[in-house]
Amino acid sequence: MCLLALNLSAQHNHDGHDHDGHDHSGHSHDDHGHSHDTHHTLGCGLHSAHGGEFDPGATAFHHIADANIYSIGPFGIPLPCIPFVPGEGFDFFLSSKFHYDGHGTGSNAYNRFVLDGGTMKRITDESFPDGLVEGVEVGHDDEGHTAVCYNNKLYPVDKKSTADGGIFGGGITSWYDFSMTKNVMSMIIVFLIFFFIFRAIAKRYKQRPDKAPSGIQGLIEPIFVFIQDEVAKPFLGKHYLKYLPFLMSLFFFILGLNLWGQIPFLGGSNVTGNLAFTAVLAIFAFFVVNLSGNKHYWEHIFNMPGVPGWVKIILTPVEALGLFIKPITLALRLFANITAGHMVIIIFVSFIFIFGNNGASKVGAYGAALPTVLLTMFMMAIELLVAFIQAFVFTILTTSYLSAAIDEGHEHEGAH
Amino acid sequence: MTGSIAAIGMGLAVIGAGIGLASIGGKAMEAIARQPEAVGDIRSNMILVAALIEGAALIAIVFAFLVK
Repeated sequence: MCLLALNLSAQHNHDGHDHDGHDHSGHSHDDHGHSHDTHHTLGCGLHSAHGGEFDPGATAFHHIADANIYSIGPFGIPLPCIPFVPGEGFDFFLSSKFHYDGHGTGSNAYNRFVLDGGTMKRITDESFPDGLVEGVEVGHDDEGHTAVCYNNKLYPVDKKSTADGGIFGGGITSWYDFSMTKNVMSMIIVFLIFFFIFRAIAKRYKQRPDKAPSGIQGLIEPIFVFIQDEVAKPFLGKHYLKYLPFLMSLFFFILGLNLWGQIPFLGGSNVTGNLAFTAVLAIFAFFVVNLSGNKHYWEHIFNMPGVPGWVKIILTPVEALGLFIKPITLALRLFANITAGHMVIIIFVSFIFIFGNNGASKVGAYGAALPTVLLTMFMMAIELLVAFIQAFVFTILTTSYLSAAIDEGHEHEGAH
Repeated sequence: MTGSIAAIGMGLAVIGAGIGLASIGGKAMEAIARQPEAVGDIRSNMILVAALIEGAALIAIVFAFLVK
């Protein structure tokens, strides 16, 4: 049981990122209970991001974040980095250039880019040399900002590049990150898996159309038929075939990524728990819904029939806002549910380090391991359920918005 | 003990969502007990409304993050 707990803890520390400061060679699970006090201070007064006090919140945020490394078990597979700097253009290199350790912190800088905890960041100081620079120390200063120490000189580092304008952390940066990150790789992998599964199924339906489903067909068919009969047909009526490919793509892509993110030791990618990803899905839904909208739909938003004029003054802005609030909540719901699930698991695993006093107390660590295993197993079972429910909810809500947009307004004609 | 008042706002939002979800869950159970053959329809409608309530709570939580 304890071994399982320690394995789990290693897994949720994302495969070799451990936060109590011990080494990361493959056997690292076995010495969680030992005393470790290897918190080292780097040059220029920087602190290593992974030593000292254990911070469950920071650990959780680090582990649900995207990364430029795909870590499978103890191995960190380098991924392509494609930064774009205005005025300098695109750059293309593998993240192995950074020569990162188990934490994903690189000891090299390349073209003023460094790797901090798996994330590529850019040194803002222009006096820092271009090209490959070895012997760079990446750490955090006293205020928690990332900085780089090279030749005993401190260089500040730009924030992580994000597409959200810095609303959810990060900020406006001097560069833009177009890298093939862990999340992008996960998307491609899940896409390929589903592509081959559905190709195989389609072939089988053609070859033996009237036979009972067999193999993978038997797994996918009930889910497909459920979405078709319980979601698409009742909401969309006779138009359902036109929108079925979109709805099925949504459902299976979200479901696949939800489940892919739950497989232990496979990178622990958190694609559906990434706001950028869910926002793109919601934008697709927004355009599909509103471009399908008919006269009745727009009339109900901007000129609600059968309502007195003064109510329309209040109602029209609310309805118009609702146009945008619908996709926003779609994106937030999926993002928050998946992220919350992952964070709860990481916090449960953190109990081992909290009660073990960050490696100082063997008794505390082993004592916390048993309840942690039980809680984590329970939580993972819940997350399995949530993976299906959230994929279903995203699809059914999109369908219900669609049904409002393409509704012919029969009951309404009767009222006049 | 440190923290921001936004955390209290998040807590209040969650209380509201909790009451809403409890009410749906309870009513859905009641409905299923009264009419077990309609379990499929009731369940999918329950999930739909639960998702809508969750949406309201999520907006509150995100605003709590933003004003922090």
